[in-house]
Amino acid sequence: MALELTAARPDPALLDLPWRIPLEEWPEDILAALPRGISRHVVRFVRLSGRVLAIKEIKDDIARREYEMLRNLRRLHLPSVEPFAVVSGRVGLDGEPLDACLVTRHLQYSLPYRALYSQSLRKGTATRLIDALAVLLVRLHLTGFWWGDVSLSNTLFRRDAGAFAAYLVDAETGELRNRLSDGQREHDLEIARVNIAGELMDLDAGGLLQEERDPVDVSERIVTRYRELWAELTNAETIDDTERWRVDDRIRRLNKLGFDVDELEITTDIDGTSIRLQPKVVDSGHHSRRLLRLTGLDVRENQARRLLNDLEVYSAATGRQGEDEEIIAHDWLAQVYEPVTRGVPRDLVAKLEPAEVFHEVLEHRWYMAERAQHDVPIREVVDDYVANVLPGKPDERAVLGVDTEELPVIADR
Amino acid sequence: MATVKFDEATRIYPGNDTPSVDKLNIDIQDGEFLVLVGPSGCGKSTSLRMLAGLEEVNGGKIWIGDRDVTDLSPKDRDVAMVFQNYALYPHMTVADNMGFALKIAGVDKGEIRKRVEEAAKILDLTQYLERKPKALSGGQRQRVAMGRAIVRSPQVFLMDEPLSNLDAKLRVQTRTQIASLQRRLGVTTVYVTHDQVEAMTMGDRIALLKDGVLQQCATPREMYDNPANLFVAGFIGSPAMNLVTVPASSDGAKFGNHTVTIPREGVEHGGSHVVVGVRPEDVEITTNNDGLELTIDVVEELGADAYVYGTPTDGDISLVGGDDNLAKPFIARVDGRSVPPKGSKVYVYPKAQHMHVFDPESGKRL
Ligand SMILES: Nc1ncnc2c1ncn2[C@@H]1O[C@H](COP(=O)(O)OP(=O)(O)OP(=O)(O)O)[C@@H](O)[C@H]1O
Ligand SMILES: Nc1ncnc2c1ncn2[C@@H]1O[C@H](COP(=O)(O)OP(=O)(O)OP(=O)(O)O)[C@@H](O)[C@H]1O
Ligand SMILES: [Mg+2]
Ligand SMILES: [Mg+2]
Repeated sequence: MALELTAARPDPALLDLPWRIPLEEWPEDILAALPRGISRHVVRFVRLSGRVLAIKEIKDDIARREYEMLRNLRRLHLPSVEPFAVVSGRVGLDGEPLDACLVTRHLQYSLPYRALYSQSLRKGTATRLIDALAVLLVRLHLTGFWWGDVSLSNTLFRRDAGAFAAYLVDAETGELRNRLSDGQREHDLEIARVNIAGELMDLDAGGLLQEERDPVDVSERIVTRYRELWAELTNAETIDDTERWRVDDRIRRLNKLGFDVDELEITTDIDGTSIRLQPKVVDSGHHSRRLLRLTGLDVRENQARRLLNDLEVYSAATGRQGEDEEIIAHDWLAQVYEPVTRGVPRDLVAKLEPAEVFHEVLEHRWYMAERAQHDVPIREVVDDYVANVLPGKPDERAVLGVDTEELPVIADR
Repeated sequence: MATVKFDEATRIYPGNDTPSVDKLNIDIQDGEFLVLVGPSGCGKSTSLRMLAGLEEVNGGKIWIGDRDVTDLSPKDRDVAMVFQNYALYPHMTVADNMGFALKIAGVDKGEIRKRVEEAAKILDLTQYLERKPKALSGGQRQRVAMGRAIVRSPQVFLMDEPLSNLDAKLRVQTRTQIASLQRRLGVTTVYVTHDQVEAMTMGDRIALLKDGVLQQCATPREMYDNPANLFVAGFIGSPAMNLVTVPASSDGAKFGNHTVTIPREGVEHGGSHVVVGVRPEDVEITTNNDGLELTIDVVEELGADAYVYGTPTDGDISLVGGDDNLAKPFIARVDGRSVPPKGSKVYVYPKAQHMHVFDPESGKRL
């Protein structure tokens, strides 16, 4: 039997790895010592041609199936590790056949939960991980993927500028359908709940659990968070052209659940306009850092979130999602943000900082639209706001001049 | 523990014209080990998943005990899918690995300990309960995973090709373990496999499916001795039954120049031919021009006996079955002390008491 390599873009260097030796016995010097989750198969990382690969020793047919499944997931733009190759037809030095290997690219900057949990976590990180997994599971289910082995071990977490993203790493038991039945979704949830509880109890038994939290309670969070998200995201609605405020409305509901908007898609066809939201989980401080980078505006967290949401809506409504975000942000500043903040008459400028004015105008627009049950042009909103709301505010600039530290955020919702 | 009933259970996948499981009727006894078997795509997994609550039922009903579970969610059915990639947790003891799911379900400590100890006794793991999984052999780890399902004491165990990712040796070993374990526990079990040997060795009864339709549901012995139709006859048994289409008249069927008596319906069914089935061990083999003439192509020595593979000399006679278009050989088991040599001509006919006759059109047993 000859060594057989299945890959979309085969790297010849792959053939130089010691395939005749069981993976467990591969020499240290070619391995990359990176943290891993629990697994039944032997998994190792190697450095090859300047990248790190994950290698899992597994039966030939299962390796191929998983390889194909991962390819499908990537094609469907679902967050999963990237399949690289299947190596089969391995024969040991003693002439005995060896199991095949599934090779995936090591997901950069990813951390298995064991590594995350055994560092001293910032408060709230544990729940954010579960939330990120809930986002992943809802996404997979919406696309028709039944996982069959949902667990923290089979998920990789990536922290990216304050956002937490979960990726699927183990697709061995997965199946793709057109649509999942409620029974299938419930089954995945039950598996998730039991596995997460087991994994946390294991960390607890090993003295690795930092936060004093009951594993069973934490594991139940996956169920509640999943259900909330599922309800919010499947409650698809089509709106007509005079109801753009409903986009706002949906974003607010998602925010209220504690999720952020990662992607927003507004599509219009003969049946009306439909909205698709892609949620994400972020760390505290994420929004203000991001807004500062994109626009130079230095504002507080919940203002920044509001402004970023509006930027997202702007880019979806103008069909520019694929473009460079800094350029979109620049145009949004010029076309949306500045006209509003400049709409404040000179004598009232001292009342609030411009970003807060913008934030409040957006809130005001939402209230007006909800009351009217249709969109209200931004000019009208600004006029109404300037005439009826702003004059009643205290002169903030004066206060700000005294002390910027001790003031509570003026959300006034 | 409970009975299970598939009652006209039907599943049509969206986008398909034909049902993947078509009006399935099976009554499973309390404590019975039922194996669903059949070729790839026949609907085994779909049937099991309908029972588990993972696949919608488009027609008919499913009962567990006296509860209609057709529309219940999986976790309300009190069934356990065994071997679904059970992970073993390295920092937890064997006892905790077996019992932690009960803790999640809110079962109290004393009860958990009791059930874990009972399961450990059955699984021969008592002395390992306080160890960590690392210190166990592969087979013992496998048993801990089984323990996880056992302590839940569900009404029904469901297993879908649980041995498929084990190597050949561990597969045979685990097969025996599962079967004997199930008998000791007495929990109703539905087991899916495509492997008829596995089905024959493990099941109290076997349900054989083809294209979503139940072909026969009976004990392994009954399936082997009295296959209900050609498909069952060809599927059960290894090597498979020889199935030969031969001319039939009121005198009987002509097996070469040997006349065999066939049941009356065989003559009365109207056609001029019947299919005669004979298992390799039920073949009379002679050299004196009596029976169907074969040329021996291959001889397989097994010690006490041997299998000979031959082709009918009469090119018009062909054997039924075989998924591919290759001509199927006629197989006979012969005494190891008198094996006809390769290339020789022999004559074969079925032993009178061990012959099966089928209608060539409907495939039904006559
Ligand atoms: N591409 C990858 N990038 C980063 N880490 C990876 C990658 N592939 C595998 N790993 C790590 O290896 C671990 C085990 O991999 P995987 O879950 O695929 O193995 P498994 O034996 O199939 O597991 P299971 O017992 O759940 O079936 C994962 O938890 C993950 O930490
Ligand atoms: N999600 C699905 N959508 C459409 N058709 C399906 C789906 N799942 C299974 N089928 C079809 O239903 C039939 C039965 O499938 P099922 O998986 O139950 O067969 P099986 O007997 O378990 O086969 P195998 O041994 O290959 O697993 C097949 O024809 C299959 O193609
Ligand atoms: Mg895994
Ligand atoms: Mg796996």
